[in-house]
Amino acid sequence: MAGKNLFRFVILLFLQVLVFNNIHFHGFIYPAFYVYFILLLPFETAGWLLLTTSFLMGLSLDFFTNSLGINAAASVFTAFIRPGVIRLLTSKKEYEPGITPGIRDLGFRWFFLYALILVFVHHTALFFLEVFRITQIEQTIHRIVASSVLTLILILLAQFFLVGQRKKSNKY
Amino acid sequence: MRNLITFLWKNYFFFLFVILEVFALFLVVNNNYYQRRVFINSTSDFSGNILASFDDMSSYLSLKNANTILSEENARFYNMQPEAFLISDTASFYRNDSLYTRHYVYRTAKVISSSINRRNNYLKINKGFRHGISPDMAVVTPHGIVGQVIEVSENFSSVMSILNNNARISAKLKASNQVGSFFWDGNDYRTGLLVDIPSHVQISIGDTVVTSGYSFIFPESQPIGIVEDYSIETGDSFYKIKVRFTVDYNSLYHVYVIGNRLHDELIELDKIDLNE
Repeated sequence: MAGKNLFRFVILLFLQVLVFNNIHFHGFIYPAFYVYFILLLPFETAGWLLLTTSFLMGLSLDFFTNSLGINAAASVFTAFIRPGVIRLLTSKKEYEPGITPGIRDLGFRWFFLYALILVFVHHTALFFLEVFRITQIEQTIHRIVASSVLTLILILLAQFFLVGQRKKSNKY
Repeated sequence: MRNLITFLWKNYFFFLFVILEVFALFLVVNNNYYQRRVFINSTSDFSGNILASFDDMSSYLSLKNANTILSEENARFYNMQPEAFLISDTASFYRNDSLYTRHYVYRTAKVISSSINRRNNYLKINKGFRHGISPDMAVVTPHGIVGQVIEVSENFSSVMSILNNNARISAKLKASNQVGSFFWDGNDYRTGLLVDIPSHVQISIGDTVVTSGYSFIFPESQPIGIVEDYSIETGDSFYKIKVRFTVDYNSLYHVYVIGNRLHDELIELDKIDLNE
């Protein structure tokens, strides 16, 4: 389990640096796809591990983008509210051991809401920290909404893609 | 004491969050000063190497375009050579070395990573202090300005793009020589704003905006963009001019780094002014 998450950490970091950081959509949209790592950490992840891995994820990314601290701060904040969001979204299926956050185990509705809240919170923190002033609020909100939508679409696509694959290999 | 430890232990999730968040925010706030020097210098060689090797793969795709730009440049330089002029008066071409003090030094560099979609955009270039680059040098392309060097490691440099909240440049209208202040408003990476041009000045759409040469960083008359639109608020005595960049910041590849050899001298002079 730990190995899988470590692998995901590295893959997502490089995807973000080499692919998503180079997507210049309309000039103001920035998909921070790496939040996917924080979303997919298993439920039983210990609190300190959740916070520190998220922090490391953000910090590693900061080294590539000259934005020291910004991604780290947004990621730690996202990790901090994650347990609260999970409690808020109790599904019919209890969070049994072995269940991972994802469409496969908890259904589309649950995962969509879960991803929506966390991605939006993350992007809000990220873009406000980046601008670091309140005067351009209209423009900042514009960026937050547009970028969140794109990140969310990418996350859902990744989910559908992987869920499809797993079903084939596991059950058939 | 024991109660305190139990309390901290029970709520460690919250306290760890606070510690990490404060540390991250500390980094954000100190971004431009001390932390940056310590962190970036030790890591940017590592991250720069990764970015550079990725760039090697993609550089072939833009080779054709880069060649065109370079040959245009060459043509321009050939045009400036003494051989390109008809010499009618030999005396006027006599060169005295002490009269021609070199003011600016040009170096070429390649962009290995850049962004346009953040509010604060930066670039990385593949030259560092080993190649003579130092902070506060200007980065330009033949078509217009790009930004200024802010951090230098051994083999790479970070450049603050003009597409950055913290970038402000002294600029002027080429036609009327009126000087104003130029910055990026963060909306569209293809346009920026020129302000502080008084309302009595005649402006027409299509005017060229160039650097004023008042800053110690950019040489005079480096192109920035062309006037696309201008407006004036009621009761205001200064124009707000929308300027379309002449450089496409989304396709930067070869850039020139310009060092001002008299930079330190100018700074010294400034200090003397302030002391009085």
